[in-house]
Amino acid sequence: MDLSIFKDYTIQIVAIGSAILGVISGIMGSFAFIRKQSLLGDAVSHSALPGICIAFILTQIKATEALLLGATLSGFLASYFIFSIVRYSKIKFDTALAVVFSSFFGLGVVFLTYIQKLANSNQAGLDKFIFGQASTFLARDLKMMVAMCIITIVLVGLFWKEMKIVSFDSEFSDTIGISSQKVGMLISFLIVLAVMVGIQMVGVVLMSAMLIAPASAARQWTNQLSKMIVLSSIFGAISGVVGTVISSTTSKLATGPVIVLVASVIVLISLIFAPKRGLLWRKLKFRNKNKEEYKVIE
Amino acid sequence: MSAHVQIQIIAILAAMACAIPGVFLILRKMAMICDSITHTILLGIVISFFIVQDLSSPLLVIGAALMGVLTVYLTELLNQTNLVSEDSAIGLIFPALFSIAIIMISKFASSVHLCIDSVFLGEIEFAPFDRLLLNGTDIGPKAMYLIGAIFIINLIFVLLFYKELKLVTFDKSEAFILGFAPVALHYALMTIVSITTVGVFQAVGSILVISFMIVPPATAYLLTNNLKRMIFYAILIGAINSAIGHYLAIRWDVSIAGMIATVTGIVFTIVFILSPNDGVITNIRRRKKQRLDFAKLSILFHVNRHMAKDDFVEECNINTLNEHFRMNKKFINDTITELEKESMLEIKNSIAYVTDKGRDFIEAYD
Repeated sequence: MDLSIFKDYTIQIVAIGSAILGVISGIMGSFAFIRKQSLLGDAVSHSALPGICIAFILTQIKATEALLLGATLSGFLASYFIFSIVRYSKIKFDTALAVVFSSFFGLGVVFLTYIQKLANSNQAGLDKFIFGQASTFLARDLKMMVAMCIITIVLVGLFWKEMKIVSFDSEFSDTIGISSQKVGMLISFLIVLAVMVGIQMVGVVLMSAMLIAPASAARQWTNQLSKMIVLSSIFGAISGVVGTVISSTTSKLATGPVIVLVASVIVLISLIFAPKRGLLWRKLKFRNKNKEEYKVIE
Repeated sequence: MSAHVQIQIIAILAAMACAIPGVFLILRKMAMICDSITHTILLGIVISFFIVQDLSSPLLVIGAALMGVLTVYLTELLNQTNLVSEDSAIGLIFPALFSIAIIMISKFASSVHLCIDSVFLGEIEFAPFDRLLLNGTDIGPKAMYLIGAIFIINLIFVLLFYKELKLVTFDKSEAFILGFAPVALHYALMTIVSITTVGVFQAVGSILVISFMIVPPATAYLLTNNLKRMIFYAILIGAINSAIGHYLAIRWDVSIAGMIATVTGIVFTIVFILSPNDGVITNIRRRKKQRLDFAKLSILFHVNRHMAKDDFVEECNINTLNEHFRMNKKFINDTITELEKESMLEIKNSIAYVTDKGRDFIEAYD
C-alpha cells in the first residue's frame, strides 16, 4: 500500500474527522443500543431537513453553523414528539419513529421546493447537506467536531451514574428520585448532537449505521457498559479511519458507504468470534455439552 | 383527463394501497421494516440492472421486490441469534445493503442515470408522462394502472386471509397450535409489503411510501380498537390526506409528495391530540382522574384504619396528612375537599372522620 496518502492534507483531515465521528457515535450508540432506541438516530437524521431549510431561508447563505443549529433544533423537536407520542398514546416506539420522521422529511421537501423558487444561487447543493459529502470536509468543520466530541464526553462523564441507571432500569431510577424523563431527554439530545455531527459527512442513511454498528459489535465482547462504550468508540474510530483510507486509495469510491461496510464487517466478526457470546463459541459449547452427556449415558 | 387529475388519482390509489399492509405492520411492531425496505430495494434495482442492462425492464421491479423480502429474511436471521435486539438488527442490515448499492452505482454505473436524490424525494409530478400503450392506443399513465393493480391485490389478500392475518397478528403461538402457518403468512405479508413499496415508490419516492404505509394506519389506530374498522379508517384517511395534500401543493406550487406527507403528519397530530379514544387530552384527563381516585382511596383507608386507634388525633389531622403521605399539600387538600363534598369524609376540629358512606365505599375494595 502506498503510505504517502497519509501525508495528504485533505485525507488527514477527513480521516481525523471520521475517527472523531466514530468516537462520538460509538459512545452515544451504546446508550441507544441499551435503551433499544437504535433507530432513533435514523429518524432524527431524516428529521433534520426542515430545520436546515428554515435556517437557510432565514439566513439566505449556506453557513454550516446556522444549518447545523437548525438541524439540531429540528432533530431534537422530532425526538421530543416521538417520546410524547409513546407517552400519551398506545402507539409503540417504532411506529412513532416512522410517523414523525416521514412527516418531518415531507415538510423539509416542501421547504426545499420553496427554496428552489427563491432564485438564490446559494441554494445549489443544499440537499447534499443531508446526503453527505466527506470530500468537502474542511478543517473548520473539524474544530466543530472536536468541540462536539468534548461536550459529549464531559456530559456523559458528569451524568454517568444517572445515564447508566436510566438506561438499564428506568422504573427503578424514578423510584429513587432520578427522573428517567429528564435523563432520557439528555441522552436523546446527545444522540441528536452525534447525528448532526455525522450527517454532513456520511449522510442520513449511513449516519444511523454509525450509531448502531460499533455499539452492536462492542456489546458482543463485554457485559459492562463502561467497557462497551470504550470498545464501541474504538470500533467506530477504526471504521472511520480504515474506511477513509480504502476509499481514498481506490478511485470512484464514496467515503461514507465504505466506512459503513467496514463497520459492518467488524460487527460480523464480533457476532461470530466474540468469546462467550459469539456464534462459534455457542456452537462449540453446545457440542462439548453433547459429548459430556453422551459420556454420562455410556 | 388533465395531468393534475391523474396525479391526484395516482396519489389517492397509492395511499389506499399502502394503508392495507401498513395496518398489519404497525400492529406487529414492524413499522421500521418499511423504512428498511425502501432503502434496500435500491440494491435490488442495481443488481437486476447489471443482469439485464436495461433501465426500463420489468425485471428491475421484480429484483427490487425480491430484495425487499430478502431484507426481511436477513433481518430476522440476525434477530434470531439473540445477539442484538430487533431494532438494531434492522439498523444493521439496511445501511450495509444500501452502502453496497451506492458503491456499485458510483463504481460501475456512474454513467447511467440512477439519480439517488429522486429516489428519496420522489417525482410524482412526472408520473402522468409515462403512458401505458395498449395496441398502440394511449389508455392512461402506467403508474395509475400499476398502483391500482397493487391496491386490488392487497385488498384481495386481506379479504382472503383476514381471519388468518388477525390470529397471527394478535396471537402467534395460538395460530401455530391451531395449525395455521405463521411463518408462511408472515412472508406472504412481507412480499405484499415489498411489492407495494416497490410499485408505489417508483411513482412517489421512498419517504412518501413510509408516510403512506405507517401514518394513516397509526392515525386509525388512535381512533378504534377494532381491526376491520382500523383498516377501513386507514384507507379513508390515506385517501383524504392525498386529496388535501395534492390540492395545497398545486395551490402553493411546492412538492406534491412533500405536501402530502406534511398533511398526513398534521392530520395525525390533530387526531393524536383530540381523539376521544386515545388522544392526549383524553389520556391526560384519564390519568388525572386515576391520580385523584387513588389519592381518595388512600386517604379513606388511612383515616379509617387510624380512627379506632389512639394515635388518630395526630394521624388524621388534615393539616399534617400530607406529611404522612409525602404528597403535595395542595393536592391532598383538594382531595379532602372533594371527599367532603361527596360526604365520604367529615371534618371536625381539623380531624377527619370516615362517614358511613365512605366506609361502604372502601369496603368494596377490602
